[in-house]
Amino acid sequence: MSRGELPGPEPGERTHPEGRRNGQGIRIDPEAEAERSAERAVLSALVTHEPGVLAEISGLFSRRQFNIESLTVGPTVDDSLARMTIVIEEPRSGIDQAKKQLEKRVPVISVRELDDDAVQRELVIVKVNGDSPDQVNAITDMYDGQTLDAGPRTVTVEITGAQQKIDDAIDAYRQFGIRELVRTGHAAIARGEAPTAQVSEPNQAPTEAQVATEEVTDD
Amino acid sequence: MSKRTPVARTEQDDGDGPSEQPDSERADQPEESGVETGAEAVVAGLENAGVEYLFGVTGGAIMPVYDALYEHEELTHITMAHEQGAAHAADAYGIVSGRPGVCMATSGPGATNLVTGIADANMDSDPLVALTGQVPTGFVGNDAFQETDTIGVTRPITKYNIFADDEATVGTDIGTAWALANEGRQGPTLVDLPKDITQAETDQRPEEPSTPDTYDPPTTAEAVMIEAAAETLVDAERPLILAGGGVIKGEATEELATVAREFEVPVVTTMPGTGAFPQTDPLSQGIAGMHGTGYANMAISNCDVMLAVGTRFDDRLTGDIETFAPDAEIVHIDIDPAEISKNVEADYPLVGDAGVVLEQLLRAMPGRPAAEAWREQCRTWQEEYPLDYEAPADEPLKPQHIVERFDEATPADTIVAAGVGQHQMWAWQYWTFTEPRTWVTSHGLGTMGYAVPAAIGAKLAAPDREVVAFDGDGSFLMTAQELTVAAREELDLTIVVLNNEAVGMVRQWQDGFYGGRHMASEYPWAPQFDKVAEAFGAKGLRAEHYDDLEETIQEAREYDGPAVIDAAIDPTEDVYPMVPSGGDNARFALNAEQLEGL
Ligand SMILES: Cc1ncc(C[n+]2csc(CCOP(=O)(O)OP(=O)(O)O)c2C)c(N)n1
Repeated sequence: MSRGELPGPEPGERTHPEGRRNGQGIRIDPEAEAERSAERAVLSALVTHEPGVLAEISGLFSRRQFNIESLTVGPTVDDSLARMTIVIEEPRSGIDQAKKQLEKRVPVISVRELDDDAVQRELVIVKVNGDSPDQVNAITDMYDGQTLDAGPRTVTVEITGAQQKIDDAIDAYRQFGIRELVRTGHAAIARGEAPTAQVSEPNQAPTEAQVATEEVTDD
Repeated sequence: MSKRTPVARTEQDDGDGPSEQPDSERADQPEESGVETGAEAVVAGLENAGVEYLFGVTGGAIMPVYDALYEHEELTHITMAHEQGAAHAADAYGIVSGRPGVCMATSGPGATNLVTGIADANMDSDPLVALTGQVPTGFVGNDAFQETDTIGVTRPITKYNIFADDEATVGTDIGTAWALANEGRQGPTLVDLPKDITQAETDQRPEEPSTPDTYDPPTTAEAVMIEAAAETLVDAERPLILAGGGVIKGEATEELATVAREFEVPVVTTMPGTGAFPQTDPLSQGIAGMHGTGYANMAISNCDVMLAVGTRFDDRLTGDIETFAPDAEIVHIDIDPAEISKNVEADYPLVGDAGVVLEQLLRAMPGRPAAEAWREQCRTWQEEYPLDYEAPADEPLKPQHIVERFDEATPADTIVAAGVGQHQMWAWQYWTFTEPRTWVTSHGLGTMGYAVPAAIGAKLAAPDREVVAFDGDGSFLMTAQELTVAAREELDLTIVVLNNEAVGMVRQWQDGFYGGRHMASEYPWAPQFDKVAEAFGAKGLRAEHYDDLEETIQEAREYDGPAVIDAAIDPTEDVYPMVPSGGDNARFALNAEQLEGL
């Protein structure tokens, strides 16, 4: 091709709309930019129960830099399936993207984001110094916990509940000196008739209508 | 050698009592399934899928499968020099034919040598099946000789991979891998084949290739969303179509052209979308992105409604996401829901098969947008910012000129392969692409060394068409050994090494962004590539002068077999236009001076 007859304007002088997008590719008002803040979401994924699925899903979250708080996996009533409960903290677009990336993996049968009112539980086992057993027991009672093991030097207790309760209990035990603790991460199930993640759901992204209703219920 | 009798369907007992099928007597003679070992089941699985070519390199753990291929008529194995070459050749075969290419390798180093090619296919959604040998299952996990966790290594770079741990289903695994590579959003799959499984006795014929029940790619988009998108498109004042590689992969070029022409909407293509819309069409607004045309990038930046089809909004296309089509409402058609709003928010997400959704849209359009002024503006940009290089009468040769001369000399359906670097960009910019599946290169991964093996795979996929590969001297040095394959298989193709005695793209960036400090980018002792070619049994030619360039091109084309032209090009030539990495698309530089001002 030959040199243009009408050389166009230099880079800085070319027509360009005033609009802007934010870092997530969303069109925004250039005057009032506010990055969307992260929210916490509980995702439940039904997956085929086969070797490598956990590695596949955890690898997916790490390589796509999704911020995950906990990931638990366990069997379901159907031997061929396992359920993963994943708690992530991301802006809304990141949560949606995580769901879609999950759904896209072949061993993933269905994914659902649970509503805030879902039944959520976590279990912690805490081993504290046994110098003041009575006080330890009092705290364990307060949090509806159980003493699993008590010896001359240590007391081991179990607390089950929602995340906040577990956090509070751990704080309360700190005064005795926590030697070790182990948390299971989240287990969650949808409340009432609402499905958690079912086999019958096709392995594809929720339709926009579904997304819209989910967003409405979230608010 | 076992002779296989073709058997139409599987032998599996459906438990429903005596079958009324005329072939019921087969049930009494299971040995006639034609399959005696896991390896033969693998081969039968490949046959079921209609595979023609296998590209590979043999070795210990995959030997049973190779043995099962011995004297096999339907499947042709192309022995490559290096497994990376096998993967790229299979990848290019997949791009050109539209059906998965198949590569194979042994365990350990064979498998890891495939990795680059698999990752490349993954980035570009190319249909590819990789078969890898593995140590026997009893040894897995013990660091056995040539053991690599191939499943673990390739998990992040495959659409799906399968550890075949049962000889009874290993043949079916091949079909599953093939079907998954082929259907929905295409991509690479892998089957890891432990040696004890392929050696084990089985008479199980594989089932027909099919995807797992849980795999259900969407086809049609939601009607409400289609209506809304159609209305927005009709109301547009500055509408633009952005055609990505998905248009070609989804066989939707005709539907796209119909939508564009019916509603008179200019079309820009991405690099993988090159060929999705004829560049000779008056509505073609060229190629977009970092080294796209200025007029395409102006159109992208200024459109008010963008119909984006089968594109993942890669950063080499968008530049700075904040300035990408900042006024545009985006209608995004993609078969992969995860691409919707991944990088750029879709105002109208249309998840489905590109062709089907374009038809839906076509039917829903209540009229055409009034966009004459916009089309006029697009034409003005074409005049203001044409692709351009200085073409002096004196040597050294300008690479753009070589590309243009080749384009003129060859038929429209010629397949163009390219390596990665400046030469790739010149080939992309200065060739006029009018047909899908004619542009074969490494987009997302940017893999130097892609061109030579890709030319081989492309030629086998389209034996009646011309294949021209543009390569850089650096890229050529990475896979030049595959010339031995082209010579042995007597493949009629032409490779043009645009030789600037440097890894030129890096040298260009050093000039632009690193104060001209040429660290590790120049090759003062570049070999003579024509002689290298001759040593491999190909024809070697040199191009140094304008006056015999035409002749050299003809000589290479007429030579019946692989020909390599070592073309001495101007080592100072750079690729323009250029949007610096993360820059604003509308602020492309047309030359070094403009680049400096950015
Ligand atoms: C396998 C690989 N290694 C390194 C790079 C980084 N890289 C990108 S372009 C380029 C230069 C390519 O040189 P050459 O093939 O000679 O082509 P030219 O740019 O000179 O046309 C390099 C080193 C790459 N893309 N791929």
